[in-house]
Amino acid sequence: MPDRFAIETSELTRRFGNLTAVDHIALRVPYGEIFGLLGANGAGKSTVIKMLTTLLSPTSGTADVGGFDIIRSPADVRRRIGYVSQLLSADGALTGYENLRLSAKLYDIPATERKERIENALEFMGLVDSADKLVRTYSGGMIRRLELAQAMLHRPAILFLDEPTIGLDPVARHTVWDRLIDLRRNHGMTVLITTHDMEEAEALCDNLAILHRGNISVVGKPAELRAGLGEGANMDDVFVHYAGGSIQESGTFREIVQNRRTAHRLG
Amino acid sequence: MKRFFRESAAIVQVELIKLVRDPTEIISRAVQPLLWLVVFGQVLAQVRGIQTGQLSYLAFITPGILAQSVLFSAIFYGIAIIWERDLGVVHKLLVSPALRISLVFGKAVAAGFRGILQAVVIYLIALVMHVSLRLDPLAIFAVLVSVMLGSGIFATFSLVIACIVKTRERFMGIGQLLTMPMFFASNAIYPLEIMPGWLRFIAQINPLTYLIDALRGLMITGGESVHGYATDFTVMFAVFGVLLFIAVKLYPTLAE
Repeated sequence: MPDRFAIETSELTRRFGNLTAVDHIALRVPYGEIFGLLGANGAGKSTVIKMLTTLLSPTSGTADVGGFDIIRSPADVRRRIGYVSQLLSADGALTGYENLRLSAKLYDIPATERKERIENALEFMGLVDSADKLVRTYSGGMIRRLELAQAMLHRPAILFLDEPTIGLDPVARHTVWDRLIDLRRNHGMTVLITTHDMEEAEALCDNLAILHRGNISVVGKPAELRAGLGEGANMDDVFVHYAGGSIQESGTFREIVQNRRTAHRLG
Repeated sequence: MKRFFRESAAIVQVELIKLVRDPTEIISRAVQPLLWLVVFGQVLAQVRGIQTGQLSYLAFITPGILAQSVLFSAIFYGIAIIWERDLGVVHKLLVSPALRISLVFGKAVAAGFRGILQAVVIYLIALVMHVSLRLDPLAIFAVLVSVMLGSGIFATFSLVIACIVKTRERFMGIGQLLTMPMFFASNAIYPLEIMPGWLRFIAQINPLTYLIDALRGLMITGGESVHGYATDFTVMFAVFGVLLFIAVKLYPTLAE
Protein backbone atom coordinates (compact mmCIF):
# COMPACT_ATOMS: atom_id res chain seq x y z
CA MET A 1 0.00 0.00 0.00
CA PRO A 2 1.75 3.17 -1.12
CA ASP A 3 1.99 6.17 1.18
CA ARG A 4 -0.74 8.71 0.79
CA PHE A 5 1.70 11.53 0.44
CA ALA A 6 4.25 11.88 -2.33
CA ILE A 7 6.19 14.32 -0.17
CA GLU A 8 6.04 14.56 3.58
CA THR A 9 8.47 16.63 5.61
CA SER A 10 8.87 16.75 9.35
CA GLU A 11 10.71 19.54 11.16
CA LEU A 12 12.87 19.95 8.06
CA THR A 13 15.61 22.45 8.84
CA ARG A 14 18.71 23.73 7.10
CA ARG A 15 21.19 26.17 8.52
CA PHE A 16 24.14 27.81 6.79
CA GLY A 17 26.33 29.04 9.63
CA ASN A 18 24.17 31.43 11.63
CA LEU A 19 21.54 31.71 8.93
CA THR A 20 18.51 29.42 9.19
CA ALA A 21 17.43 29.07 5.56
CA VAL A 22 14.67 26.55 6.28
CA ASP A 23 13.19 26.41 9.74
CA HIS A 24 11.37 23.26 10.95
CA ILE A 25 8.94 23.09 8.07
CA ALA A 26 6.19 20.49 7.76
CA LEU A 27 4.75 19.89 4.30
CA ARG A 28 2.45 17.24 2.93
CA VAL A 29 1.89 16.86 -0.79
CA PRO A 30 -0.60 14.16 -1.86
CA TYR A 31 0.13 12.03 -4.93
CA GLY A 32 -1.09 13.49 -8.21
CA GLU A 33 -1.14 17.08 -7.01
CA ILE A 34 0.58 20.13 -8.47
CA PHE A 35 1.90 21.90 -5.40
CA GLY A 36 3.37 25.38 -5.48
CA LEU A 37 6.11 26.63 -3.20
CA LEU A 38 6.14 30.40 -3.23
CA GLY A 39 8.20 33.03 -1.54
CA ALA A 40 10.50 35.97 -2.14
CA ASN A 41 14.10 35.37 -3.17
CA GLY A 42 15.95 34.03 -0.16
CA ALA A 43 12.78 32.66 1.47
CA GLY A 44 14.16 29.12 1.32
CA LYS A 45 12.33 27.62 -1.68
CA SER A 46 15.41 26.39 -3.51
CA THR A 47 16.92 25.07 -0.28
CA VAL A 48 13.75 23.02 0.33
CA ILE A 49 13.91 21.61 -3.21
CA LYS A 50 17.61 20.84 -2.86
CA MET A 51 16.95 18.89 0.33
CA LEU A 52 13.98 17.02 -1.15
CA THR A 53 16.00 16.08 -4.24
CA THR A 54 18.93 14.91 -2.04
CA LEU A 55 21.31 17.60 -3.30
CA LEU A 56 21.63 19.04 0.19
CA SER A 57 21.48 17.34 3.57
CA PRO A 58 19.13 18.77 6.17
CA THR A 59 20.68 20.10 9.36
CA SER A 60 17.84 18.43 11.26
CA GLY A 61 14.42 16.96 10.62
CA THR A 62 13.60 14.64 7.78
CA ALA A 63 11.44 14.08 4.74
CA ASP A 64 9.97 11.18 2.80
CA VAL A 65 9.83 11.52 -0.96
CA GLY A 66 8.05 8.82 -2.93
CA GLY A 67 7.92 6.74 0.23
CA PHE A 68 11.67 6.90 0.92
CA ASP A 69 13.61 8.83 3.49
CA ILE A 70 15.86 11.45 1.89
CA ILE A 71 18.65 10.79 4.40
CA ARG A 72 18.53 7.01 4.74
CA SER A 73 17.60 6.12 1.14
CA PRO A 74 18.76 8.93 -1.16
CA ALA A 75 19.38 6.57 -4.10
CA ASP A 76 15.78 5.27 -3.92
CA VAL A 77 14.50 8.84 -3.79
CA ARG A 78 16.55 9.76 -6.88
CA ARG A 79 15.07 6.88 -8.88
CA ARG A 80 11.57 8.20 -8.21
CA ILE A 81 12.04 11.87 -8.95
CA GLY A 82 12.64 14.15 -11.90
CA TYR A 83 14.20 17.57 -11.49
CA VAL A 84 14.30 20.74 -13.54
CA SER A 85 16.73 23.20 -12.07
CA GLN A 86 16.26 26.96 -11.99
CA LEU A 87 19.41 27.07 -14.12
CA LEU A 88 19.39 25.96 -17.74
CA SER A 89 20.95 22.55 -17.37
CA ALA A 90 20.57 21.14 -20.89
CA ASP A 91 23.96 20.86 -22.55
CA GLY A 92 24.15 23.37 -25.40
CA ALA A 93 27.00 21.53 -27.08
CA LEU A 94 24.83 18.43 -27.55
CA THR A 95 21.70 17.89 -29.61
CA GLY A 96 18.32 17.45 -27.96
CA TYR A 97 18.45 13.74 -28.72
CA GLU A 98 21.93 13.40 -27.20
CA ASN A 99 20.84 15.18 -24.03
CA LEU A 100 17.94 12.77 -23.70
CA ARG A 101 20.14 9.75 -24.43
CA LEU A 102 22.47 10.76 -21.60
CA SER A 103 19.52 10.95 -19.21
CA ALA A 104 18.22 7.60 -20.43
CA LYS A 105 21.56 5.95 -19.71
CA LEU A 106 22.02 7.55 -16.28
CA TYR A 107 18.48 6.52 -15.30
CA ASP A 108 19.10 2.96 -16.51
CA ILE A 109 16.32 2.89 -19.08
CA PRO A 110 16.87 -0.46 -20.86
CA ALA A 111 18.67 -0.13 -24.20
CA THR A 112 15.74 -1.80 -25.98
CA GLU A 113 13.34 0.90 -24.76
CA ARG A 114 15.60 3.97 -24.98
CA LYS A 115 14.90 4.99 -28.55
CA GLU A 116 11.13 4.68 -28.21
CA ARG A 117 11.05 6.53 -24.88
CA ILE A 118 13.18 9.36 -26.25
CA GLU A 119 11.02 9.66 -29.35
CA ASN A 120 7.85 9.70 -27.26
CA ALA A 121 9.28 12.37 -24.98
CA LEU A 122 10.35 14.50 -27.95
CA GLU A 123 6.90 14.17 -29.46
CA PHE A 124 5.15 14.99 -26.19
CA MET A 125 7.24 18.13 -25.83
CA GLY A 126 6.89 19.13 -29.50
CA LEU A 127 10.61 18.82 -30.21
CA VAL A 128 10.72 16.11 -32.88
CA ASP A 129 11.86 18.48 -35.63
CA SER A 130 14.61 19.91 -33.44
CA ALA A 131 15.90 16.66 -32.01
CA ASP A 132 19.09 16.64 -34.05
CA LYS A 133 19.89 20.31 -33.66
CA LEU A 134 22.38 21.59 -31.09
CA VAL A 135 20.59 22.81 -27.99
CA ARG A 136 22.50 26.09 -28.15
CA THR A 137 20.34 26.91 -31.18
CA TYR A 138 17.08 26.31 -29.25
CA SER A 139 14.83 29.08 -27.96
CA GLY A 140 14.37 29.42 -24.20
CA GLY A 141 10.99 27.71 -24.30
CA MET A 142 12.39 24.79 -26.29
CA ILE A 143 15.23 24.33 -23.78
CA ARG A 144 12.75 24.23 -20.91
CA ARG A 145 10.61 21.69 -22.75
CA LEU A 146 13.71 19.60 -23.42
CA GLU A 147 14.59 19.73 -19.73
CA LEU A 148 11.07 18.63 -18.87
CA ALA A 149 11.48 15.78 -21.35
CA GLN A 150 14.74 14.79 -19.63
CA ALA A 151 13.11 14.98 -16.21
CA MET A 152 10.13 12.79 -17.20
CA LEU A 153 11.96 10.28 -19.40
CA HIS A 154 12.29 7.68 -16.66
CA ARG A 155 8.62 8.19 -15.66
CA PRO A 156 9.23 9.55 -12.17
CA ALA A 157 6.45 9.63 -9.61
CA ILE A 158 7.37 13.15 -8.55
CA LEU A 159 8.66 16.08 -10.55
CA PHE A 160 10.51 18.97 -8.90
CA LEU A 161 10.58 22.21 -10.86
CA ASP A 162 12.60 25.12 -9.52
CA GLU A 163 11.23 28.27 -11.16
CA PRO A 164 10.91 26.55 -14.54
CA THR A 165 9.43 29.52 -16.40
CA ILE A 166 11.80 32.22 -15.18
CA GLY A 167 12.87 34.37 -18.12
CA LEU A 168 10.42 32.80 -20.60
CA ASP A 169 8.13 34.89 -22.78
CA PRO A 170 4.35 34.45 -22.22
CA VAL A 171 3.89 32.05 -25.14
CA ALA A 172 6.73 29.78 -24.05
CA ARG A 173 5.51 29.98 -20.45
CA HIS A 174 2.00 28.86 -21.40
CA THR A 175 3.42 26.00 -23.47
CA VAL A 176 5.35 24.78 -20.43
CA TRP A 177 2.19 25.03 -18.31
CA ASP A 178 0.23 23.00 -20.87
CA ARG A 179 2.86 20.27 -20.81
CA LEU A 180 2.80 20.16 -17.01
CA ILE A 181 -0.98 19.87 -16.94
CA ASP A 182 -0.76 17.08 -19.55
CA LEU A 183 1.86 15.29 -17.46
CA ARG A 184 -0.36 15.29 -14.43
CA ARG A 185 -3.44 14.28 -16.44
CA ASN A 186 -1.78 11.54 -18.51
CA HIS A 187 0.74 10.15 -16.05
CA GLY A 188 -0.65 11.12 -12.65
CA MET A 189 2.66 12.77 -11.86
CA THR A 190 3.02 14.76 -8.65
CA VAL A 191 4.62 18.12 -9.30
CA LEU A 192 6.28 20.41 -6.80
CA ILE A 193 6.98 23.77 -8.39
CA THR A 194 8.58 26.91 -7.02
CA THR A 195 7.67 30.19 -8.61
CA HIS A 196 7.49 33.94 -8.19
CA ASP A 197 4.79 34.17 -10.77
CA MET A 198 1.39 34.53 -9.15
CA GLU A 199 -0.43 33.93 -12.43
CA GLU A 200 1.51 30.69 -12.75
CA ALA A 201 0.69 29.68 -9.19
CA GLU A 202 -3.01 30.24 -9.74
CA ALA A 203 -3.12 28.60 -13.16
CA LEU A 204 -1.23 25.46 -12.19
CA CYS A 205 -1.34 24.72 -8.50
CA ASP A 206 -3.95 22.69 -6.64
CA ASN A 207 -2.41 23.85 -3.38
CA LEU A 208 0.44 26.12 -2.48
CA ALA A 209 2.58 27.07 0.45
CA ILE A 210 4.14 30.48 0.93
CA LEU A 211 7.54 30.58 2.59
CA HIS A 212 8.81 33.56 4.49
CA ARG A 213 12.32 33.54 5.96
CA GLY A 214 12.43 29.77 6.01
CA ASN A 215 9.02 29.30 7.63
CA ILE A 216 5.72 28.36 6.06
CA SER A 217 3.37 31.34 6.37
CA VAL A 218 0.34 29.66 4.90
CA VAL A 219 -0.83 26.59 2.98
CA GLY A 220 -4.00 26.40 0.95
CA LYS A 221 -5.76 26.46 -2.38
CA PRO A 222 -5.19 29.63 -4.39
CA ALA A 223 -8.89 30.54 -4.40
CA GLU A 224 -9.18 30.00 -0.64
CA LEU A 225 -6.15 32.15 0.04
CA ARG A 226 -7.55 34.96 -2.09
CA ALA A 227 -10.94 34.67 -0.40
CA GLY A 228 -9.26 34.77 2.98
CA LEU A 229 -8.02 38.29 2.30
CA GLY A 230 -11.45 39.61 1.39
CA GLU A 231 -13.34 40.44 -1.74
CA GLY A 232 -11.29 41.69 -4.68
CA ALA A 233 -7.97 40.33 -3.41
CA ASN A 234 -5.74 38.87 -6.08
CA MET A 235 -2.78 36.52 -5.85
CA ASP A 236 -0.31 39.39 -5.70
CA ASP A 237 -2.12 40.57 -2.56
CA VAL A 238 -1.88 37.05 -1.15
CA PHE A 239 1.84 37.00 -1.84
CA VAL A 240 2.49 40.40 -0.31
CA HIS A 241 0.39 39.52 2.73
CA TYR A 242 2.03 36.18 3.49
CA ALA A 243 5.53 36.56 2.03
CA GLY A 244 6.24 39.61 4.11
CA GLY A 245 7.25 41.90 1.26
CA SER A 246 6.87 42.72 -2.38
CA ILE A 247 7.27 40.22 -5.18
CA GLN A 248 10.40 42.04 -6.29
CA GLU A 249 12.07 41.69 -2.89
CA SER A 250 15.75 41.04 -3.52
CA GLY A 251 17.51 37.79 -2.79
CA THR A 252 21.13 37.00 -2.22
CA PHE A 253 23.79 38.15 -4.67
CA ARG A 254 24.27 34.59 -5.87
CA GLU A 255 20.55 34.11 -6.53
CA ILE A 256 20.36 37.32 -8.50
CA VAL A 257 23.40 36.32 -10.56
CA GLN A 258 21.86 32.91 -11.23
CA ASN A 259 18.53 34.41 -12.26
CA ARG A 260 20.21 36.88 -14.58
CA ARG A 261 22.39 34.18 -16.08
CA THR A 262 19.35 32.01 -16.73
CA ALA A 263 17.45 34.94 -18.22
CA HIS A 264 20.47 35.81 -20.37
CA ARG A 265 20.76 32.27 -21.71
CA LEU A 266 17.06 32.27 -22.48
CA GLY A 267 17.63 35.37 -24.57
CA MET B 1 30.05 -3.19 -11.88
CA LYS B 2 28.11 -3.28 -15.15
CA ARG B 3 26.17 -0.25 -13.99
CA PHE B 4 29.40 1.59 -13.12
CA PHE B 5 30.82 1.00 -16.60
CA ARG B 6 27.55 1.91 -18.35
CA GLU B 7 27.24 5.19 -16.47
CA SER B 8 30.92 6.08 -16.87
CA ALA B 9 30.72 5.27 -20.58
CA ALA B 10 27.72 7.61 -20.92
CA ILE B 11 29.74 10.48 -19.45
CA VAL B 12 32.76 9.64 -21.64
CA GLN B 13 30.57 9.49 -24.76
CA VAL B 14 29.18 12.97 -24.09
CA GLU B 15 32.64 14.43 -23.53
CA LEU B 16 34.01 12.84 -26.70
CA ILE B 17 31.10 14.10 -28.79
CA LYS B 18 31.84 17.62 -27.54
CA LEU B 19 35.56 17.21 -28.23
CA VAL B 20 35.00 15.99 -31.79
CA ARG B 21 32.49 18.76 -32.45
CA ASP B 22 34.85 21.47 -31.24
CA PRO B 23 38.52 20.41 -31.51
CA THR B 24 39.78 23.99 -30.98
CA GLU B 25 41.21 23.09 -27.59
CA ILE B 26 43.26 20.22 -28.98
CA ILE B 27 44.67 22.38 -31.76
CA SER B 28 45.51 25.28 -29.44
CA ARG B 29 47.12 22.95 -26.91
CA ALA B 30 49.40 21.52 -29.62
CA VAL B 31 51.20 24.86 -29.88
CA GLN B 32 52.83 24.71 -26.44
CA PRO B 33 54.61 21.34 -26.87
CA LEU B 34 55.68 22.48 -30.30
CA LEU B 35 57.43 25.50 -28.75
CA TRP B 36 58.99 23.45 -25.97
CA LEU B 37 60.41 20.84 -28.33
CA VAL B 38 61.30 22.95 -31.33
CA VAL B 39 62.60 26.06 -29.54
CA PHE B 40 63.48 25.23 -25.93
CA GLY B 41 64.60 21.65 -26.60
CA GLN B 42 66.78 22.48 -29.58
CA VAL B 43 68.44 25.47 -27.93
CA LEU B 44 69.18 23.64 -24.68
CA ALA B 45 70.48 20.70 -26.69
CA GLN B 46 73.16 23.02 -28.11
CA VAL B 47 74.24 24.18 -24.66
CA ARG B 48 74.95 20.61 -23.51
CA GLY B 49 74.82 21.86 -19.94
CA ILE B 50 72.50 19.15 -18.63
CA GLN B 51 73.80 15.60 -18.42
CA THR B 52 71.15 13.23 -19.72
CA GLY B 53 73.22 10.05 -19.98
CA GLN B 54 73.03 8.25 -23.30
CA LEU B 55 69.93 10.16 -24.44
CA SER B 56 70.07 13.36 -26.45
CA TYR B 57 68.55 16.30 -24.61
CA LEU B 58 65.67 16.42 -27.08
CA ALA B 59 64.91 12.75 -26.52
CA PHE B 60 65.22 13.29 -22.76
CA ILE B 61 62.63 16.07 -22.63
CA THR B 62 60.13 14.59 -25.12
CA PRO B 63 58.38 12.43 -22.47
CA GLY B 64 58.56 15.41 -20.10
CA ILE B 65 56.79 17.61 -22.63
CA LEU B 66 54.14 14.94 -23.19
CA ALA B 67 53.58 14.75 -19.44
CA GLN B 68 53.47 18.54 -19.29
CA SER B 69 50.77 18.59 -21.99
CA VAL B 70 48.81 15.98 -20.08
CA LEU B 71 49.17 18.00 -16.87
CA PHE B 72 48.23 21.36 -18.40
CA SER B 73 45.32 19.91 -20.34
CA ALA B 74 43.90 17.96 -17.40
CA ILE B 75 44.53 20.43 -14.60
CA PHE B 76 42.13 22.94 -16.12
CA TYR B 77 39.37 20.35 -16.26
CA GLY B 78 38.13 21.88 -13.03
CA ILE B 79 37.17 25.04 -14.92
CA ALA B 80 34.78 22.97 -17.03
CA ILE B 81 33.37 21.39 -13.86
CA ILE B 82 32.76 24.82 -12.32
CA TRP B 83 31.18 25.95 -15.58
CA GLU B 84 28.89 22.90 -15.47
CA ARG B 85 28.01 23.79 -11.91
CA ASP B 86 27.11 27.34 -12.89
CA LEU B 87 24.91 26.00 -15.70
CA GLY B 88 23.14 23.48 -13.46
CA VAL B 89 24.53 20.44 -15.32
CA VAL B 90 26.15 19.15 -12.13
CA HIS B 91 22.83 19.44 -10.28
CA LYS B 92 21.09 17.41 -12.95
CA LEU B 93 23.75 14.70 -12.87
CA LEU B 94 23.65 14.52 -9.08
CA VAL B 95 19.86 14.22 -8.95
CA SER B 96 20.10 11.17 -11.21
CA PRO B 97 20.53 7.77 -9.54
CA ALA B 98 23.94 7.39 -11.24
CA LEU B 99 26.75 6.37 -8.89
CA ARG B 100 28.90 9.34 -7.90
CA ILE B 101 32.01 7.36 -8.70
CA SER B 102 30.73 6.78 -12.26
CA LEU B 103 30.30 10.52 -12.79
CA VAL B 104 33.81 11.31 -11.52
CA PHE B 105 35.48 8.33 -13.20
CA GLY B 106 33.75 9.16 -16.50
CA LYS B 107 35.24 12.65 -16.38
CA ALA B 108 38.70 11.21 -15.62
CA VAL B 109 38.52 8.78 -18.55
CA ALA B 110 37.34 11.56 -20.87
CA ALA B 111 40.38 13.59 -19.79
CA GLY B 112 42.45 10.52 -20.64
CA PHE B 113 41.20 10.55 -24.23
CA ARG B 114 42.18 14.22 -24.50
CA GLY B 115 45.61 13.23 -23.21
CA ILE B 116 45.89 10.55 -25.90
CA LEU B 117 45.26 13.17 -28.57
CA GLN B 118 48.09 15.22 -27.03
CA ALA B 119 50.29 12.13 -27.20
CA VAL B 120 49.55 11.69 -30.91
CA VAL B 121 50.54 15.32 -31.56
CA ILE B 122 53.80 14.94 -29.60
CA TYR B 123 54.70 11.67 -31.30
CA LEU B 124 54.29 13.40 -34.65
CA ILE B 125 56.43 16.39 -33.63
CA ALA B 126 59.07 14.08 -32.16
CA LEU B 127 59.19 11.95 -35.30
CA VAL B 128 59.63 15.04 -37.47
CA MET B 129 62.49 16.11 -35.19
CA HIS B 130 64.15 12.68 -35.52
CA VAL B 131 63.76 11.73 -31.88
CA SER B 132 64.32 8.00 -31.67
CA LEU B 133 60.98 6.67 -30.46
CA ARG B 134 60.02 3.15 -29.49
CA LEU B 135 57.30 2.25 -31.96
CA ASP B 136 56.62 -1.35 -30.98
CA PRO B 137 52.88 -1.88 -30.26
CA LEU B 138 53.40 -2.95 -26.66
CA ALA B 139 55.42 0.16 -25.84
CA ILE B 140 52.87 2.41 -27.54
CA PHE B 141 50.04 0.69 -25.68
CA ALA B 142 51.88 1.18 -22.38
CA VAL B 143 52.42 4.87 -23.21
CA LEU B 144 48.69 5.28 -23.87
CA VAL B 145 47.86 3.60 -20.56
CA SER B 146 50.34 5.92 -18.79
CA VAL B 147 48.84 8.97 -20.46
CA MET B 148 45.30 7.86 -19.56
CA LEU B 149 46.38 7.32 -15.97
CA GLY B 150 48.26 10.62 -15.77
CA SER B 151 45.34 12.51 -17.25
CA GLY B 152 42.99 10.78 -14.83
CA ILE B 153 45.19 11.79 -11.88
CA PHE B 154 45.44 15.46 -12.82
CA ALA B 155 41.82 15.78 -13.98
CA THR B 156 40.62 14.28 -10.71
CA PHE B 157 42.99 16.51 -8.76
CA SER B 158 41.55 19.43 -10.70
CA LEU B 159 38.02 18.31 -9.85
CA VAL B 160 38.94 18.19 -6.16
CA ILE B 161 40.27 21.74 -6.32
CA ALA B 162 37.14 22.86 -8.19
CA CYS B 163 34.97 21.35 -5.45
CA ILE B 164 36.91 23.31 -2.83
CA VAL B 165 37.22 26.71 -4.52
CA LYS B 166 33.90 26.61 -6.47
CA THR B 167 34.53 29.74 -8.57
CA ARG B 168 36.37 30.11 -11.87
CA GLU B 169 38.34 33.14 -10.74
CA ARG B 170 39.77 31.36 -7.70
CA PHE B 171 40.39 28.24 -9.70
CA MET B 172 42.38 30.09 -12.37
CA GLY B 173 44.63 31.51 -9.68
CA ILE B 174 45.21 28.18 -8.00
CA GLY B 175 45.57 26.35 -11.32
CA GLN B 176 48.36 28.70 -12.38
CA LEU B 177 49.93 28.39 -8.96
CA LEU B 178 50.05 24.58 -9.18
CA THR B 179 50.96 23.75 -12.74
CA MET B 180 54.31 25.47 -13.22
CA PRO B 181 55.75 24.41 -9.81
CA MET B 182 54.59 20.83 -10.47
CA PHE B 183 56.28 20.92 -13.85
CA PHE B 184 59.57 22.43 -12.66
CA ALA B 185 59.64 20.26 -9.54
CA SER B 186 59.75 17.12 -11.65
CA ASN B 187 62.18 15.27 -13.88
CA ALA B 188 60.59 16.73 -17.06
CA ILE B 189 63.45 18.91 -18.32
CA TYR B 190 66.33 17.89 -16.07
CA PRO B 191 67.20 14.66 -14.24
CA LEU B 192 66.56 14.23 -10.52
CA GLU B 193 70.31 13.76 -9.90
CA ILE B 194 71.21 17.38 -10.64
CA MET B 195 68.50 18.82 -8.36
CA PRO B 196 69.32 20.23 -4.93
CA GLY B 197 68.16 17.97 -2.11
CA TRP B 198 65.02 19.93 -1.22
CA LEU B 199 63.83 20.02 -4.83
CA ARG B 200 64.57 16.34 -5.33
CA PHE B 201 62.43 15.59 -2.27
CA ILE B 202 59.52 17.55 -3.75
CA ALA B 203 60.05 15.87 -7.14
CA GLN B 204 59.89 12.47 -5.49
CA ILE B 205 56.48 13.14 -4.00
CA ASN B 206 55.23 14.66 -7.23
CA PRO B 207 53.15 12.15 -9.25
CA LEU B 208 54.24 13.89 -12.46
CA THR B 209 57.76 12.56 -11.84
CA TYR B 210 56.52 8.96 -11.95
CA LEU B 211 54.50 9.56 -15.10
CA ILE B 212 57.57 11.05 -16.82
CA ASP B 213 59.79 8.26 -15.51
CA ALA B 214 57.50 5.62 -17.00
CA LEU B 215 57.12 7.52 -20.28
CA ARG B 216 60.89 7.97 -20.63
CA GLY B 217 61.41 4.24 -20.54
CA LEU B 218 58.40 3.41 -22.72
CA MET B 219 58.66 6.13 -25.35
CA ILE B 220 62.34 6.62 -26.07
CA THR B 221 64.73 4.12 -27.61
CA GLY B 222 67.42 3.55 -25.00
CA GLY B 223 65.38 5.33 -22.32
CA GLU B 224 64.92 3.74 -18.93
CA SER B 225 62.66 4.06 -15.93
CA VAL B 226 64.85 5.11 -13.02
CA HIS B 227 62.30 4.06 -10.40
CA GLY B 228 61.18 0.96 -12.28
CA TYR B 229 57.80 0.51 -13.97
CA ALA B 230 56.33 -1.32 -11.00
CA THR B 231 57.03 1.65 -8.73
CA ASP B 232 55.87 4.18 -11.34
CA PHE B 233 52.54 2.46 -11.95
CA THR B 234 51.97 1.57 -8.30
CA VAL B 235 52.44 5.21 -7.31
CA MET B 236 50.20 6.44 -10.12
CA PHE B 237 47.40 3.96 -9.43
CA ALA B 238 47.59 4.70 -5.69
CA VAL B 239 47.46 8.48 -6.23
CA PHE B 240 44.57 8.08 -8.67
CA GLY B 241 42.71 5.87 -6.18
CA VAL B 242 43.12 8.35 -3.34
CA LEU B 243 42.12 11.33 -5.50
CA LEU B 244 39.13 9.42 -6.87
CA PHE B 245 37.98 8.67 -3.34
CA ILE B 246 38.29 12.33 -2.30
CA ALA B 247 36.61 13.57 -5.49
CA VAL B 248 33.65 11.22 -5.04
CA LYS B 249 33.16 12.61 -1.52
CA LEU B 250 33.50 16.24 -2.61
CA TYR B 251 31.68 16.23 -5.97
CA PRO B 252 28.17 16.37 -4.45
CA THR B 253 29.13 19.54 -2.54
CA LEU B 254 29.22 21.38 -5.87
CA ALA B 255 25.42 21.33 -5.94
CA GLU B 256 24.92 22.64 -2.43
